[in-house]
Amino acid sequence: MATTAEGFDAHHEDHAHDHADHKPGFFARWFMSTNHKDIGTLYLIFAIIAGIVGGAISGAMRVELAQPGLQYLGTFVDMLGGDGTSFDQQGHMWNVLITAHGLIMVFFMVMPAMIGGFGNWFVPLMIGAPDMAFPRMNNISFWLTVAGFCSLLFSMFVPGGTGMGAGVGWTVYAPLSTSGSVGPAVDFAIFALHLAGAGSILGATNFITTIFNMRAPGMTLHKMPLFVWSVLVTAFLLLLALPVLAAAITMLLTDRNFGTTFFDPAGGGDPVLYQHLFWFFGHPEVYIMILPGFGMISQIVATFSKKPVFGYLGMAYAMVAIGVVGFIVWAHHMYTVGLDVNTKMYFTAATMVIAVPTGIKIFSWIATMWGGSIEFKSPMVWAMGFIFLFTVGGVTGVVLANGGIDDNLHDTYYVVAHFHYVLSLGAVTSMFAGWYYWFPKMFGRWHSEFLAHLHFWVFFVGVNVIFFPMHFLGLQGMARRYPDYTPAFAYWNEIATIGYMIMAVSIVIFFVNILYAIFFGKKPEANYWGEGATTLEWSLSSPPPFHQFETLPVIEEHHSADDHISPKPANA
Amino acid sequence: MESIETMNFGAFARKKLNFLALFVLAALSLGALPYGAMAQEGAADPDAVAVEESAAEAPAFDYYGPEMIKGQPVGAEEDFVESMTFQPQFTDNGDYALWMHDAILMPIITVISLFVLGLLLWVVVRYNKRSNKVASRTSHNTLIEVIWTVIPVLILVVIAVPSITLLARQYQSPPEDALTIKANGYQWYWGYEYVDNGGFEVVSNMLSEEAALDAGEPHQLAVDNRMVVPVGVPIRIQTFGADVIHSFGIPSLWFKLDAVPGRINEKMLTITEPGIYYGQCMELCGARHGYMPIAIEARPLDEFNAWVQSQPGGMTRAQIEAQNAAPAVQDAESAEDAAEAGDTEAVEEAEAAEAAAEAA
Repeated sequence: MATTAEGFDAHHEDHAHDHADHKPGFFARWFMSTNHKDIGTLYLIFAIIAGIVGGAISGAMRVELAQPGLQYLGTFVDMLGGDGTSFDQQGHMWNVLITAHGLIMVFFMVMPAMIGGFGNWFVPLMIGAPDMAFPRMNNISFWLTVAGFCSLLFSMFVPGGTGMGAGVGWTVYAPLSTSGSVGPAVDFAIFALHLAGAGSILGATNFITTIFNMRAPGMTLHKMPLFVWSVLVTAFLLLLALPVLAAAITMLLTDRNFGTTFFDPAGGGDPVLYQHLFWFFGHPEVYIMILPGFGMISQIVATFSKKPVFGYLGMAYAMVAIGVVGFIVWAHHMYTVGLDVNTKMYFTAATMVIAVPTGIKIFSWIATMWGGSIEFKSPMVWAMGFIFLFTVGGVTGVVLANGGIDDNLHDTYYVVAHFHYVLSLGAVTSMFAGWYYWFPKMFGRWHSEFLAHLHFWVFFVGVNVIFFPMHFLGLQGMARRYPDYTPAFAYWNEIATIGYMIMAVSIVIFFVNILYAIFFGKKPEANYWGEGATTLEWSLSSPPPFHQFETLPVIEEHHSADDHISPKPANA
Repeated sequence: MESIETMNFGAFARKKLNFLALFVLAALSLGALPYGAMAQEGAADPDAVAVEESAAEAPAFDYYGPEMIKGQPVGAEEDFVESMTFQPQFTDNGDYALWMHDAILMPIITVISLFVLGLLLWVVVRYNKRSNKVASRTSHNTLIEVIWTVIPVLILVVIAVPSITLLARQYQSPPEDALTIKANGYQWYWGYEYVDNGGFEVVSNMLSEEAALDAGEPHQLAVDNRMVVPVGVPIRIQTFGADVIHSFGIPSLWFKLDAVPGRINEKMLTITEPGIYYGQCMELCGARHGYMPIAIEARPLDEFNAWVQSQPGGMTRAQIEAQNAAPAVQDAESAEDAAEAGDTEAVEEAEAAEAAAEAA
């Protein structure tokens, strides 16, 4: 740390003093935690568990889709205690799988990992704060998310209409989710979203308060690291979007259970109203999932290029612009629902506008690398993979933005390919980049860089083999959410399933790497990435003390957005 | 046009390779095909006579065999390149949209992706630690930032012009006298209501795998009763969801419209070639969402009218107008006057009215 407030003890952070390192007992520490780092760790562990469940479900889907015909759905139905010979129960099982996969990956894997995990861990560290503004609220945010996950899993074991579980898709469209799904399963799924949503709203208020009030002295908004910017924008999106989802799904609940008719035309309601409400949340949601990834990529690219981020202000305000415009493009998810022509033209134009700030980000990352002295450590390789994969996912977004083109591609595998390129290959890749960037910092053990590189290349090949052929299937007209297909689609589906197996190997490598770190990992130094790593978390030991920044660090005149820790120049 | 020719070749190849023998079988038995098939069977198969009595007055109708399939997905084994692209298009708007995708969008997104990939590779080669030992400190360059803001905007404008044009074309209102056909989505089948032809509804269910193979049609797409429509004339397709939301989507016609409970969606469709076009339900609608395909059979207008008359309660518009125009003789005379003025529709009306008068 360069400079600190008066009375700072230079060794305070490096050597655990009694007070800084006083940890509560196991139960109090992990179940009643108020420590942002512990809660961040809990979120990461939770996200990994949810990722295993959601990933296993996608494996079940891919094995079923490997060939035409129904091969495994009956077995899955039997496993959940249904009648595996029933055709309707098999079809319902498929819908339960797609619903669970979507909801788990969005609400219980990506969001907890990005915002709950990395956000909790590194926002306080990067802004020089001792903890989050509301530590207890932080704790309840986490446990609400866990409760939501339990509610969602529970929904798979109760009746949901034609079979066990909620088979309504992650979008929960009425009237399939109201009159179309008898039984408590959909209620439990909706309740899961309520709980997870409440947790996220509380988390968002916590982040906004923390970032606005607890930055280190001297750290103006324009000197804030881009990861913190990204979490700030994300928190605002959460705060504005999630209440709309909460309202929409509460209306679903009352339609289901209390005789209201918000979405039932028989009582003057409109199913399309639900779609507007859902996507008013749903579109900002996709930026909620990717923006923290943008922030992490910015930190990583700058670190390993040993250069400041190119166009810092442009990068920060590009995220703000993406957040703002993200709120006014929702109906591009509804192009075929019967919008009038002016509406469709507006949403086509507005959606394409998002490509501009996104392009600014892509080019600024490349410009950051330009002229750099790049070290290809594993986080950097993941980050460069992210930039390319996100570009591919982004350009297919420009295709889909055209309402007239979308008439053919809507609800086909082209859309599935598009959003997996930006999420599964975009957001998840950025999460792995962040994981390897900060893993030694968080856990005080080195992962294997070799395994991290190997993980990247196997993952990169695997996900491309899964998802690139889906573009072809979509262009040929293969519909989403189908358990079976005409034999003409067999070839590319089989390729995609092979890709899944390759990707699964990469996940095994990921876990082997964690085991390696646990058993053989060396202790990292405070700033193990060296001169390019310039934000405040690198001024702390690895792992950081249980309570950090008891005396606040100060951001001086000579510091900039790209450098918070260099010592004051001697001649100044 | 080029794409259509390619498709015809593809369709021909498919027919030759796979379906010719099956077609002969199917043409002989017509076992799985609907009313017309029943009528034929009635003549050939003594067991079916009882079934036929109710429909005895309806004239027989020959449905297209699998050699007329034009809109269906292509497997990679059949045609590797075609299996990676859009299906060939059989509407003018589909041709325009396909042109926009192939000539504008695809080149742009391919170039952008390769450009980014090239920059990344260049950075890897040129600015790695060994090639460039000292990192520059450059973090601003207003000119380049303006360039990479303005050029994407220009690219988007290039895309927006045909995109808006396409939307405007797709939303053209059908002419007042366009034939209206209502596609009703049910859990889990389609019903096609011919509101301008006596209001009969054709219920269309998916064929079993065996029945589809017998008929020489693709499994998961073949249906028992196709939606027969006239070719070359504008049709007003209306969609309606009877229980939950369904979506009426046909890839080779560039057509997709949700069938929503409580509202009727409407869109014009003009098919340019006779043939069979397959589609599927495109909005999650429950357990058998994947099992309610759509098969459209587009026929020349006179054949369509013949088909309508083969349906129980089915009447051509001329017949309906004749019925409404009783006493018909005077109307027929006045229609003949109109016919002299060159009004072809009036000619049809007149003929129909005369026919009706004679029948009376």
